[in-house]
Amino acid sequence: MKFSRRDVLKTAMKGALVMALPLSAFKILSPSEARASVRESNVRWGFLVDTNKCVGCGFCVKACKLENEVPYEVPLTRTWVERYVILKDGRTLIDTPMGGRDGFTDPKIQERDVNPKDIAKAFFVPKLCNQCENPPCVQVCPVGATYQTASGVSLVDREWCIGCGYCIMACPYGARFFHPVHHVAEKCTFCYHRITQGMKTACVNACPFGARKLGNLKDLSDPVTKTILSERVGILKDAFGTKPQVYYLGLDENVR
Amino acid sequence: MKSHVLRPLWVVLAVVALTMAIRPLVVPSDFGVGERGFMYSYHRKSNEGEWRAFKVKYQTKEYCSECHDEQYESNMASKHKVIQCENCHGPALEHPEEPEKLVIDRSRAQCLRCHAYLPYPSSFRAKMKGIVSSEHNEGEPCADCHDPHEPDL
Repeated sequence: MKFSRRDVLKTAMKGALVMALPLSAFKILSPSEARASVRESNVRWGFLVDTNKCVGCGFCVKACKLENEVPYEVPLTRTWVERYVILKDGRTLIDTPMGGRDGFTDPKIQERDVNPKDIAKAFFVPKLCNQCENPPCVQVCPVGATYQTASGVSLVDREWCIGCGYCIMACPYGARFFHPVHHVAEKCTFCYHRITQGMKTACVNACPFGARKLGNLKDLSDPVTKTILSERVGILKDAFGTKPQVYYLGLDENVR
Repeated sequence: MKSHVLRPLWVVLAVVALTMAIRPLVVPSDFGVGERGFMYSYHRKSNEGEWRAFKVKYQTKEYCSECHDEQYESNMASKHKVIQCENCHGPALEHPEEPEKLVIDRSRAQCLRCHAYLPYPSSFRAKMKGIVSSEHNEGEPCADCHDPHEPDL
């Protein structure tokens, strides 16, 4: 066999080109996937919770339950408020009676009296679905009943859900529950019916202190986006890699 | 080849054919991969519209101010301007058509949501004017003395 210098160079060049091709170039896209990757949404809903401002009135929980037809007298909520009382001896007391629906009016926590002098810090943390960028609840659905919209909101198809409860197990934030009337998985939708027509979510609207805010993370002039980009914000359970899109101002290390 | 070898193959082929024939009848035509790919948005597209069509119940303060401008003005001049009308008056829905009258929550518990004193220094709650309910006219409705729209004493 005889190799000219030209042949060697040609072969080497071809080899280099083939190696440079990324594996993703060979991925076969379905038509809708291809279409979707071209036409990208210009909305990505995100949420900002300022825990410093929350007083634990629970108006958000009440409004959410009535707006979204979550049975009122059942201790199930799409959004809830947790009370954290951290004592000077290091113990942490947490409660959320009825999800905080009726506010926090009793200084007793978990039916125990707490001496105000023993309290190191105490505060309220509103919680809701984190509308994760990588939602584990959506990945595990065996029938395609739960999905993420182009605007980043995860929804449940009530007609298609078989009520297996796998997603309820998969959510690391405990944001999902079983709807006692519809017998399907239920979760916060960021009030999809309101935000898609330019309204605020029921909880944002009901909050008297501006502790809850909703914004479009793809709009850099949105005040919520500005705050998230410029202030010190925290997220819940970042080690899970779910990329939650609910950001917290004043998040304490005891909050899980 | 002997038929007992081929027979399972026919069964498998029949099952595949049957599945392919039945699938379009059971699965809605708009079921497919959405914007976020197969892993995150394999769904029935029309469900997005169903959620969008969900009924709005809380209409916000601006809706109320269209008719009740007097109450709106007085409330907006007070410290309670941050509170939505519907937090106490209930969701407006299609008011004034349906319901014709809203049920107002005048209970003491409603005021105590914010104004029950809790000794929580690291929360905004500590800056609120609060009472210890058992020591402040226990059982009386707050609204007997304090006007909820203009709460200043």
